[in-house]
Amino acid sequence: MTWTWSNVWHWAAHPLSWPGFVGMLVGAVLVLLLALLVVMYSIYWQRKFIGWIQWRIGPNRVGPWGLFQTVADVLKLLIKEDVIPTGVDRTLFLIAPIFAFVPAFLVLSIIPFSAHHVFTANLGIGVLFYVAVSAITIHGVMLGGWSSNNKWGLIGGMRSAAQMLSYEVPLGMSIVGVVLMAGTLNLNDIVAAQAHTLWYVIPQIVGFVVFIIAGTAEMNRTPFDLPEAESELVAGYHVEYSGFRFAFFMLTEYVYLLAMGGLMATLFLGGWTGPFLPGWLWFAIKVFAFITFQFWLQATMPRMRQDQLMSFSWKVLLPLAMANLVITAVVKALV
Amino acid sequence: MFQYWNDYFFVVLFLLLGIFLPVAAIWVLGPLLRPKHPTEAKGTPYESGVEPIGDAHVRYNARYYLFALMFVVFDVETLFLYPWAASYHQLGLFALTEMLMFILMLVIGLAYAWRKKVLEWS
Repeated sequence: MTWTWSNVWHWAAHPLSWPGFVGMLVGAVLVLLLALLVVMYSIYWQRKFIGWIQWRIGPNRVGPWGLFQTVADVLKLLIKEDVIPTGVDRTLFLIAPIFAFVPAFLVLSIIPFSAHHVFTANLGIGVLFYVAVSAITIHGVMLGGWSSNNKWGLIGGMRSAAQMLSYEVPLGMSIVGVVLMAGTLNLNDIVAAQAHTLWYVIPQIVGFVVFIIAGTAEMNRTPFDLPEAESELVAGYHVEYSGFRFAFFMLTEYVYLLAMGGLMATLFLGGWTGPFLPGWLWFAIKVFAFITFQFWLQATMPRMRQDQLMSFSWKVLLPLAMANLVITAVVKALV
Repeated sequence: MFQYWNDYFFVVLFLLLGIFLPVAAIWVLGPLLRPKHPTEAKGTPYESGVEPIGDAHVRYNARYYLFALMFVVFDVETLFLYPWAASYHQLGLFALTEMLMFILMLVIGLAYAWRKKVLEWS
């Protein structure tokens, strides 16, 4: 096999070879580094942005404008003792953070970041892959909560499972409307289908609203942050975790913020398409808007009650998503 | 065909890398950097600062048992909807009526659960 640069970067177009494998590996590592960078600066931006909303300055000590605050936090977590309490289910306790993190990173492999999707798997089952793989995280969260032999952890894990189960259904169903319009499950083709028409956020506005609400609940973010409610459950499923295992639970949460933002941008906001600016920049702008919107919600909304939370999913979101689906199908048959 | 395999190979690479990062950070890099001084007090479960009462590995009333059953029904339904939606533009009116009947049956199921107060968290 000759070593040419086109073999390295366009591995999707050639039979697999060593140069292509190197290209894949570089791509995967770059996506991993990008994810870690985005997570670190999402946390920084969360603290800064919510600080401004609450008339505070936010982090401003470590580095200029506090830019290295999160770096310092990560280093601190790395040198903290990894306390394993007595009475935990040791095996499950040790692997639960990994179980939660791996699917979060795996779903990034199919998000089309830019027009030249060198670092994206062009899967025919795109959307289905995302929904299926992201559901595995529930196990990590629930096992972590149960195995820590802590009552807060147990309640947090159980709540989390109940909530993620309930909101998975409207989330999955709100996506079907987009699949109907695009006629494909492939995320790259969904982006291409929106390039010459309206972004699906306009015709699929009901699906979009259901997707945003259910997505927020899937990520356990305010106002659906009952599984890790600080003031009642002292952080829920990860109470007993310390050091870098705790860091991996946090990392999971923020990687999902990036992945869910990417999925929303791809399905409803035309992905990387947009006038004038390069594709990756449009994608970054859309994801940044999503992340900022989540932090804005966090600073604004009170927490929901558990009974309201469950009935809201089944009695409001699910019928809405189903109605949206039926109407989309009927309109598509008529037009 | 090779394109198909290349894409799945890339996904497997992500899986391996996703396992590699936490393993390297927690089991390889971590022990070199972090202290390890376990004491008895550190090992007790956290219960808001007081001595823990009893064990947390108890029979816990999972109140969402019925929600889990509902989830199985509706998630499988969504799974059937995906291939239908992806090929809908080729199938025409027949597929529409079939799916409307399918959804109608599930709406009846949802309405039944609603009436039976399964959807209440009590």
